[in-house]
Amino acid sequence: MKRAFEKPAMALLSRCVSYALLRYRSPLMLAALLATGSFARAQETFPVNGIADPREGCFAFTHATIVKDAQTTVQNATLVIRDGKIVDAGTGVVVPKDAVVLDCKGKYIYPSLVDIYSSYGLSDAKRSGSAWNAAPQFLSNTKGAYGWNQAIRSEVNAVDLFAADDGKARPLREAGFGTVLSQQPDGIARGTATLVTLANSKENKVILRERAAAVYSFDKGTSTQNYPSSLMGSIALLRQTYLDAQWYKSQPAKEGVNLSLQAWNANQQLPQVFEAADKWDVLRADKIGDEFGVQYIIKASGNEYQRIAEMAATKAAFILPLNFPGAIDMEDPGDARFVSLAEMKHWEMAPAEPAAFEKANIPFCLTAVDLKDVKQFMANVRKAITYGLSEQKALEALTKTPATLLKAYDKVGSLEAGKLANFLITSGPLFSEKTILYQNWVQGNRYVIKADGWNDIRGIYTVTLTPGNSYSVEVRGTPSAPLLSVLQKDTLPGRIDVNDKLVSMSLPLAKNSKNSIRLSGIIGDNGWTGTGADTSGNLIRWNAVFVKTAPEKADSVKPTEVAALGPLLYPFNGYGWEKLPKQEDLLIKNATVWTSEKDGKLENTDVLIRNGKIAQIGKSLSAGNARVIDGTGKHLSAGIIDEHSHIAISRGVNESSQSVTSEVRIADVLNPDDVNIYRQLSGGVTASHLLHGSANAIGGQSQLIKLRWGQNAEDLKVANWDPFIKFALGENVKQSNWGERNTVRFPQTRMGVEQIYTDAFTRARDYERQGAGKRRDLELDALVEILHQKRFITCHSYVQSEINMLMHVADSFHFRVNTFTHILEGYKVADKMKAHGAGAGTFADWWAYKMEVQDAIPYNAAIMNGVGVVTAINSDDAEMARRLNQEAAKTIKYGGLSEEEALKLVTINPARLLHVDNRMGSIKVGKDADVVLWSDNPLSIYAKAEKTIVDGIVEFDRDNDLQLRKRIATERNRLTQQLLAEKKKGTPTQKAGFVADEMYHCEDLQGGHQTAIGD
Amino acid sequence: MKKNIILLGLAMGCHMAYAQETISPAGPQDKPVYLTNATIHVGNGAVINNGTIAFAKGKITAVGANVPAAGSDATVMDMKGQHVYPGIIAPESKLGLVEFESVRATIDAREVGEINPSVRSIIAYNADSKVINTLRSNGILLAQVTPEGGIVSGVSSVVQLDAWNWEDAAYKTDNALHFFMPGLLPQGGGRGAGAAGAAGDRLKAAMDQIETVRTFFREAKAYQQEAKHSATNLKFESMRALFNKEQKLFIHCNLVKEMLIAIDFAKEFKADVTIVGGADAWLIADILKQNNVPVVLTQPHSLPVMQDDDVDQPYKTAALLQKAGVLFCLSNEGFWQQRNLGFEAGTASAYGLSREEALTAVTLNAAKILGIDKTTGSLEMGKDANIAVSTGDMLDMKSSVITKAFIQGREINLDNKQKQLYEKYEKKYGLK
Repeated sequence: MKRAFEKPAMALLSRCVSYALLRYRSPLMLAALLATGSFARAQETFPVNGIADPREGCFAFTHATIVKDAQTTVQNATLVIRDGKIVDAGTGVVVPKDAVVLDCKGKYIYPSLVDIYSSYGLSDAKRSGSAWNAAPQFLSNTKGAYGWNQAIRSEVNAVDLFAADDGKARPLREAGFGTVLSQQPDGIARGTATLVTLANSKENKVILRERAAAVYSFDKGTSTQNYPSSLMGSIALLRQTYLDAQWYKSQPAKEGVNLSLQAWNANQQLPQVFEAADKWDVLRADKIGDEFGVQYIIKASGNEYQRIAEMAATKAAFILPLNFPGAIDMEDPGDARFVSLAEMKHWEMAPAEPAAFEKANIPFCLTAVDLKDVKQFMANVRKAITYGLSEQKALEALTKTPATLLKAYDKVGSLEAGKLANFLITSGPLFSEKTILYQNWVQGNRYVIKADGWNDIRGIYTVTLTPGNSYSVEVRGTPSAPLLSVLQKDTLPGRIDVNDKLVSMSLPLAKNSKNSIRLSGIIGDNGWTGTGADTSGNLIRWNAVFVKTAPEKADSVKPTEVAALGPLLYPFNGYGWEKLPKQEDLLIKNATVWTSEKDGKLENTDVLIRNGKIAQIGKSLSAGNARVIDGTGKHLSAGIIDEHSHIAISRGVNESSQSVTSEVRIADVLNPDDVNIYRQLSGGVTASHLLHGSANAIGGQSQLIKLRWGQNAEDLKVANWDPFIKFALGENVKQSNWGERNTVRFPQTRMGVEQIYTDAFTRARDYERQGAGKRRDLELDALVEILHQKRFITCHSYVQSEINMLMHVADSFHFRVNTFTHILEGYKVADKMKAHGAGAGTFADWWAYKMEVQDAIPYNAAIMNGVGVVTAINSDDAEMARRLNQEAAKTIKYGGLSEEEALKLVTINPARLLHVDNRMGSIKVGKDADVVLWSDNPLSIYAKAEKTIVDGIVEFDRDNDLQLRKRIATERNRLTQQLLAEKKKGTPTQKAGFVADEMYHCEDLQGGHQTAIGD
Repeated sequence: MKKNIILLGLAMGCHMAYAQETISPAGPQDKPVYLTNATIHVGNGAVINNGTIAFAKGKITAVGANVPAAGSDATVMDMKGQHVYPGIIAPESKLGLVEFESVRATIDAREVGEINPSVRSIIAYNADSKVINTLRSNGILLAQVTPEGGIVSGVSSVVQLDAWNWEDAAYKTDNALHFFMPGLLPQGGGRGAGAAGAAGDRLKAAMDQIETVRTFFREAKAYQQEAKHSATNLKFESMRALFNKEQKLFIHCNLVKEMLIAIDFAKEFKADVTIVGGADAWLIADILKQNNVPVVLTQPHSLPVMQDDDVDQPYKTAALLQKAGVLFCLSNEGFWQQRNLGFEAGTASAYGLSREEALTAVTLNAAKILGIDKTTGSLEMGKDANIAVSTGDMLDMKSSVITKAFIQGREINLDNKQKQLYEKYEKKYGLK
């Protein structure tokens, strides 16, 4: 009720202002008043304070070039509007008698633009309370009958929070927008967005659709709750919420009322919009959509052009931001060293993103949302056009496409009868640089963006002075900033100032003359006329008559040569491929072949690779069509398999918020761009088991990948693989080294760790016994898989007591612990491990980094191996993984393994631990052609991987690597020169500097990064 | 003998770790020792095949292919097929200052405060650290023990790794003062867009800190000029050795701009400056050479600084410094990790150093940089008999097995806690 009185009060105020204006006649304020010409039509229910002033707001815009939509342009056409809606548009339109007619000769009329991704009218969500060092928060802080997780905010409706704000609307209107989809960008499920116009009217009138879309992201936003703490946790939460919401439809008594799930279900009817933070996020979101039969409209980040084929395959419509990266200041070569080629290339290529989408036939909208200043919007659309986007597509992406996606094309997005009177009047084609946006009409309300130049006065005039002569005068420049010159033998530059209908001019009459004739007057509909002073100061009269228009040069945005851009690289990294390599048939001749099989080491032996498999091993094999690689004096081994790795993972390796997080999956967060894939190929690694971290007793599901450099996340994965999961024991799990505030999460002792497992598997067993209609629980599903030996454990472990414990728990639930990793006291319980059937993946010689490794010994691997435990040496470290062969060789020194046995610790043994020994891990006919050609004995510190072959593809080649270094240098120089030129042109630049690559160890809780120099 | 100790330990029901406590430092060399028929890697680049090295009273008395036969009082050890090396020197270590990295009570490496030139690492060196023996058994016989808190962290000392206590261990006391330069890494990624911004502030803060140190040095130097002070400043007093060139200045930094500042420091204070870290030293190898600034190079087993860098850049940086004539030695992070120092040299050799240059990079060069080359670092007459013997190439893990080691002529016990645990469990499983 309170609000109802605000409006009349405002009206009263504005009347006072107009009264003041009349008295002071400030032209500036008058213009401001005009700029928001209000044809307010009162609402029925609202009382009027004063005299009712009902108006229909009927206008006719005649003689215009009307661009009804991106396909349809009508010349010399008329647009009629009434009551905020379009009555008709086109030629042969009857102008109603009560219409106010505006002659739009020479002008263009476009539908106002639609921004499908905005937070106009909504305040930022605030992060409540909770200091950085607060105790862990396990449940949502949101008060009310909502769900358990604070980042699931399905119940939030932007329409309830929406407050029209003309201060924020104005710059959007000035950029050409008339309608926006507005949301509060906070949380993983962000609730609904509302479709509103940018009219300066009461909320009641501007809301076009209360709930127009549901919005999602992977970002927990202001949630203070610990879960999720990682990207994979966000994904798991989304997935579980889909399931929970489905289950909630049955109105389970146990759950009671859950308004979040209720709203989630209601929101499913709406268009579903997902905000992705990078190109891989797009694919992650799309995959979740596929799992639950949802096709998201995806808000992109700006680097999707790097994987356009994958983007097309999502079949999604996209929302593309236009915040192209700024130029980098490369002036200081010391600082420039820390700018990666990838960053420079992104600067170069990002403006081509919309063009790439158009070329790939992917539907897309454009949004201004990520721009620091919305004023930059049109300039950036133009930039996208110069990089190949068609003007037609640009218009469609800002009108019909967003309107259609929001099922609002019946209201906005084109100029057709019945739609809202949302349109732009411009001086020329919308995207041309010189075009002036004069007016933006929203719901029949006129908003003057630029008054000057509405009357295009440019042309040749005859100015006649009385008394005096006639002069030929040319008015050039732009309609809003005209320039004047007197046309005589010489063209004499004068001066002209136009203020709406008022004009003043100075006409020089001779070259270099200081004296001019000064004129002032009005621009009347029937010619210009007024008074003036001649060079002697005598009062004169004058008039000017239009003779003809001066010819103007054609003005449009021209695409630059797209060929001028450097090549795309796969992955988008200095060492990426320009073209992905193909599988080859290869014959490696005359090498020392370390088979990691019973055959042992074979001298002077050939290995034939065909169709990605090892086809033949023997002497003097015939090459056939295979490319021959001379292996004389070299050594061939199976590719190294790293059983414990954390490379190629995005945004968190630990979902550290709860003690059991078996629902999270590394498979969801692969990062194929990680340069460590390439670096490790250079060390002979061909497959890596990517593990969740060790922050909790039951961590996340792991993923085995092959190091297929340049492939996308899905293609990195090893297909048909027995799934694994990470468990952890000891200090990390009980948070021993996390500081004093972390003494709340259960467990804090090794006793509690055992209870966590017993409880989890008991719950899983009970869950399994539940009948139909049970709530599907992804956390327990994974544990049920373990109980049935369909998912396998690799468990971070140190001391003997805990190793013993987990085997007991497993025995009591009748499953087997597949692998203990780290397992630095494995040597103390090797016999028990063997009896249980557990394998070991350990470090060669780490110790003394914490209390629980005080008894770690470098002989550990040798003892376990000697007892008969399947033992591997692994890395847990991106640097060490590049030389796992050397780490394996340490077992020769510590424990006296033979060289062949030592090599098995990083080839066939990890393959056995991962259940892929039937196809990987050794050189045997029929197995995958994952092999490494070494310059020397692979156990020697002096050995270098010369070629690393994965599935018969040469993924790393030391000679090719030298070429890549040259290419990096050339490309860096090319782009550095361009960036320097950019700075010279005066383009604002950002500082050059270091951006850390993401990098993890299993103890990293949040942001892992490179430690070399960044600390 | 060792076996007996272990059995005794078992009989007494002791935890095996106690056996480590009976590994005693060796007594002074009482008889001349001759290692004969060995491949002797001198450490200065020379290799003597089938040679003999003789030492008495802790000093090398002869080395070569034609050393006169030993007298009857000498112990002669036939080293046929074995390699004899100078002991490896760890030039930058927390050894003896830290026992378990995550357990605060066991950490004595970082003192409070930003400028602490009077803090001395030797005081806290724990000669009984369990880690020490695991280094010796890999041929590492000396280490510079370095404090690392704050900006000027204190003074290091070089220790020999067979000692009863820190006084006994001290090989060169207070050899260098350590300055950990605040990082000058510019932050990118749109951070600090525009002229000022957070990135600018961070660099400014770093430069301010460096200036604070510079000012401190100037004041300390001025303080030395006047003999009498009403109030004694221990921090300034402790700088005397540095300005007298009795002590070196080790500046820890990695990036070009940081190293240029370090060189500038060397000039202003006429200090004997060494750069520790030097990840990007290969970019200014010529400048380092011109200014005679040596480098304790960060370990080759590191990741490249930048994603565009050559994938083997850290492996080959040593070779680039060698080629430019820069005096450098190799380091290895931490303390327990340093048993791998020889293998870091092995990698540097795989990527450009000759085998003997790689050995020099962890022996003689380290001795020069630490200021102890008059007495150690190579197997030359008159130097201390700091010697490691390996059955194979000591720089390659697949062949490095240290069979004997001598510190100042004393044959040291190569047993360690880890070997003892190994033996304990070999026995349990009947593996031997």
